[in-house]
Amino acid sequence: MTAVDPGLFGSLDPPRLAGGRCANCGTVSFPPQTGCARCAGTELARVALADRGTLWTWTVQALEPKAPYRAPGGGFAPYGVGYVDLGDVIVEARLLGDPAGFEIGMPMRLALLPLWPGPDGSPVVSYAFRPADDGTAHDGTAHDGTADDSTADDGTADDGTADGNAADGNTGGERG
Amino acid sequence: MSGARVEVCVIGVGLHPFGRHDPALTGMAMGAKASRLALADAGVSWADIGYAVGGSNVSGKPDSLVGVLGLTGVPFVNVRNGCATAGVALATAANAIRAGETDLALVVGFDKHERGAFAASPADYGHADWYGETGLMVTTQFFAMKDRRYLHAHGLSDRLLGQVAAKAFRCGALNPDAWRRKALTADEIMRARMINPPLTQYMLCSPSEGAAAVVLARGDRAADLCEHPVRLAAVAKRTRRFGSFEVFAPWLPPQAGESASVDAARAAFASAELSPADVQVAQLQDTDAGAEIYHMAETGLCADGAQQELIDRGETAPDGRLPVNTDGGCLANGEPVGASGLRQVIDIVLQLQGRAGARQVPGRPRVGFTHVYGAPGISACTVLTVQGLTA
Repeated sequence: MTAVDPGLFGSLDPPRLAGGRCANCGTVSFPPQTGCARCAGTELARVALADRGTLWTWTVQALEPKAPYRAPGGGFAPYGVGYVDLGDVIVEARLLGDPAGFEIGMPMRLALLPLWPGPDGSPVVSYAFRPADDGTAHDGTAHDGTADDSTADDGTADDGTADGNAADGNTGGERG
Repeated sequence: MSGARVEVCVIGVGLHPFGRHDPALTGMAMGAKASRLALADAGVSWADIGYAVGGSNVSGKPDSLVGVLGLTGVPFVNVRNGCATAGVALATAANAIRAGETDLALVVGFDKHERGAFAASPADYGHADWYGETGLMVTTQFFAMKDRRYLHAHGLSDRLLGQVAAKAFRCGALNPDAWRRKALTADEIMRARMINPPLTQYMLCSPSEGAAAVVLARGDRAADLCEHPVRLAAVAKRTRRFGSFEVFAPWLPPQAGESASVDAARAAFASAELSPADVQVAQLQDTDAGAEIYHMAETGLCADGAQQELIDRGETAPDGRLPVNTDGGCLANGEPVGASGLRQVIDIVLQLQGRAGARQVPGRPRVGFTHVYGAPGISACTVLTVQGLTA
């Protein structure tokens, strides 16, 4: 498994996105930038972003985009797109799950998005967010229906900072 | 201050109608046609033009037009600023007149886009390949997501999108130069094929083909050359600031900021010494129906959330209190990117001159406004007034 771009991830297992935190003003960019968009600072530290957040806005891409979009191995199928508020930063992302259930403010969690086979045959992956309580495990595979996924959820809760940030983001109030 | 400033006026306009044309007709040929129409409308010749500015996104280098218009040695600046190209071109030419480089300038924009949505290169916008390959770099996605967020935040209904598009096609039906001239009801628009929810196919502008040109003159010459010169009271352009929600953005900060449109509109009104309340006819970037809705507020023409009542009352129709996009806007004309902002200026000029035909706003408006917005977060606005109007 390889990342579609080495700059996107802090780690693939468990999946965490990488951000750039400005040493001067604290602004977090994604993917990490070389300069701060807010204060023009050039000292940015690479940080792991929260893997939980809330859906800030969304749509569905119903038609296949033109190149440089690259359809997955199985061909194009409509996909969700949104912005997810992680507290420190709001990131644009592919969305997994049924768009009929998408609602601004709903809790979301990070997942890997398999794209196409890499040169070694293993999947090239990007990131996506999916509804936090849709009964699937973090790798995106469906549960058998009986197990609840609280174990997987608890597994990410050890990063209290990240989850706290995501909770702050729930209000979305600052952006009206 | 304003007494000392050099006045700039529009004294001629020319439009090669937007739409789908003969595949053999190039963007540049349409640009030449629009330029000649504008020169004829102004009653001047190409040899009189002392400065030219041209914009095209995909259809060649505009200064190549000198090969067909005439090799007069005229200085010619090329502009390529996305959907804001024409606004930036207009500002560049106006500033050349203010700087004393010329009395007469020509501004031309043209483009001939292929069918279907725009395809953008990540590298052109400073992004890595993954952003395009994974299907995030699609302008219509941004339109849909900004619309949804805006409507949600201000308690507006999705139905407003259908109402705005229906108004655009009603205006298109009144405009002999429009591409889409068939009126559609809001219901028909709401039920049409979904492209990027909440946007259906009729709520999104299509890339098209066409050209537009205007001739600008220094104020003291304008009165001699034109019966009803329209004063370019202000033209302002801005790029985005921190915190604004713009197209092609992989991330946003949690702190909201104002868009480039807010800044450009504010600067234009300040420079014109007029306020949004003075505007009697407006052109707003409507690359999708929702864009017209939030641009009404971003440019200061109404408060956030006030759009529902204004549109329900028909105030943005040609016979309303604040007519918006009376030629059908981008929705009914499509968007040849390099020309689109000049189409807006031409519609306002015709309205202020009383030459807008079936879509003429009643009561001879005296103050007009135009606004373009483009990727990756740039806006240009103009304030146009009947010459002689004092603030």
